[in-house]
Amino acid sequence: MMGNVTLLEFLSAGREVAGHHPWPRFQLDARTWRRMVEQMAVSNWDILAEWAEPTEIHVALRGEDSGAIAVASHPCPDHKFFALSRVRPSAIRLERAIRDLWGLAPEGLEDQRPWLDHGRWGVKRPLGSPRISEGRPHAYRFLTAEGEGLHQIPVGPVHAGIIEPGHFRFHAQGETVVRLEERLGYVHKGVEGLLAGKPVAEAARIVGRVSGDSTVAYALAFARAVEAALGVEVPARAHWLRALMAEMERLANHVFDIGAICNDAAFAIMLSHMGMLREKILRANAACFGHRLLMDRVVPGGVAVDLAEEGWEALAHLLGNFRKLFNKAVALYDNTPSLLDRTTGTGFLPAALAHRFGAGGFVGRASSRGVDARKAPGYPPYDELDFAIPVLAEGDVHARLMVRVEEVRASLRLIDQILKQMPRGPVAAPVPNRGGEGMAVVEGFRGEVLVWVRLSEAGKVVRCHPHDPSWFQWPLLEAAIEGNIVADFPLVNKSFNCSYSGHDL
Amino acid sequence: MIFPPISHLIARHLLKGPHTITGGGEPDAEALRQLAENLGVAARHRLGRSLSIREVDAGSCNGCELEIHAVNNPVYDLERFGIRFVASPRHADVLLVTGPVTWNMAEALRRTYDATPGPKWVVALGDCAKDGGCFAGSYAVAGGVHEVVPVDLHIPGCPPSPLQILGGLTALLASVAE
Repeated sequence: MMGNVTLLEFLSAGREVAGHHPWPRFQLDARTWRRMVEQMAVSNWDILAEWAEPTEIHVALRGEDSGAIAVASHPCPDHKFFALSRVRPSAIRLERAIRDLWGLAPEGLEDQRPWLDHGRWGVKRPLGSPRISEGRPHAYRFLTAEGEGLHQIPVGPVHAGIIEPGHFRFHAQGETVVRLEERLGYVHKGVEGLLAGKPVAEAARIVGRVSGDSTVAYALAFARAVEAALGVEVPARAHWLRALMAEMERLANHVFDIGAICNDAAFAIMLSHMGMLREKILRANAACFGHRLLMDRVVPGGVAVDLAEEGWEALAHLLGNFRKLFNKAVALYDNTPSLLDRTTGTGFLPAALAHRFGAGGFVGRASSRGVDARKAPGYPPYDELDFAIPVLAEGDVHARLMVRVEEVRASLRLIDQILKQMPRGPVAAPVPNRGGEGMAVVEGFRGEVLVWVRLSEAGKVVRCHPHDPSWFQWPLLEAAIEGNIVADFPLVNKSFNCSYSGHDL
Repeated sequence: MIFPPISHLIARHLLKGPHTITGGGEPDAEALRQLAENLGVAARHRLGRSLSIREVDAGSCNGCELEIHAVNNPVYDLERFGIRFVASPRHADVLLVTGPVTWNMAEALRRTYDATPGPKWVVALGDCAKDGGCFAGSYAVAGGVHEVVPVDLHIPGCPPSPLQILGGLTALLASVAE
């Protein structure tokens, strides 16, 4: 069945699983699953996430033209499945991780090296059928580059700055990077294992700590997935408060990263200026919601705290001043040729690669891929708000920075609208104890955060899979640095700012 | 343009003064008590009122890192107390460790500790660094920082606020300078 078939038409060949909300889930037999993979080679279906259970593999897909979202599942009692990475390179690391954690063998996966499993857990396939494993940590075979005068530069896992751990292996010729290979998994905490069996409230706390800088996005995605599974109607005001918090989180991350990118080009005054702006947001968060990073403020059923009248006034006051100071800093960036010289043309990511890997967030948007979960599939209250998604085509550090500048401005306008239009009323609804399956996609500052959850009749988490946008951005960093000088790596890396913790899970 | 934008920014700071808060450097009482128990007397005399810190993320969710960044911003300005972050453990007096220590990071943390010259101190930062926090009990997590390297001071919080971090670090500074 080649040619023009939509995602839903194709998947309806499988058996629809009852009780999966808001998008359908189809169970496919081995033959249909294999045909789906083959069909993906000629269709523009995006992989949103891929995860597993001890004897089942799941993939969340989106048909790019129709925007339809669905989950395809394939029971694999013989512990192997036809690999998606045959046709989608973005699935390579996902499937390596699936093999490490669940012990399901992806047939046709070219890269057979382990990914998250470094041979240090004392157990193999911890989420599948665990087997005690003793012995030495794995020796990792890095990919090679050969030629005269090439040398290797190993960096990490402990880096020079205050950042998360990961290993970068450079092959360089003089100053020029010939190949960069990442090795991640150092901060793998076994989140999915921890979530199984937890009550919803406790699980929400853990999911809110998958990646601390995106705590609102993760808590929101988890809450929406649970609410979808249970059919909970959230009060209108809660939607607006959630959006307010999400935009505050986006603002705080964007302004600080803009400063940090400039700092990596040795322009430190920008970091100081932006650090001060970020602090204003965090203090407003603490004053209005009781936590600087807004952890545990979005909960299944609604939000944990309401915004008081004084908080409303403080926020409105903050924003006017903030906009002025931010625009001054952007003018400084625009008028400093020595800084622009470092960011322009550096770390180029071709649009074709961004599309091929389904990269979201500012990484995708700076390379022509303008997806944003707030627009599609969309969720309240964004359907009532007026905002545009900035998209650029240049694909360099400068473009990624400018996309973030525009997103800061958009978020400021959104907060303005939210403060003016927010309805009054209750901010939380009770969450019943019953079973179901749900999924949600929300737009974090890095891109689309997806959470899938299955709840038991007792209201406990049976399985939960959080997916970070970094999965589809990390591999692109390797491509973007190629041909650049080693000294520009911090700059390019910061312009991507992928999450280690969100990826390693 | 006669005056480039940077001159406006600099002029503003010269005329209006810094963003830095006054105070915030009061050593935390609980931290002082912990340190009095943990610090060897001999070590205190080796250093002046200055400490170099190497931060190690041993498995955190990156929330603690965000607040460590914040103590370096102009508002809290940790360096005014003589405390600064360095790029190598070989230049450090203090390891500031965050996160539940994951098994995949345990060896890297131990090696970073071994690479730090004595006298040295370890500060565990955040609730996870104490006992693994909400990640305790996972197959991938060794537990709190003390499971891998000896800890002198623990700064609680999820994540601790910049003022709590300042209080803990200045307590350390006061203790070693005694």
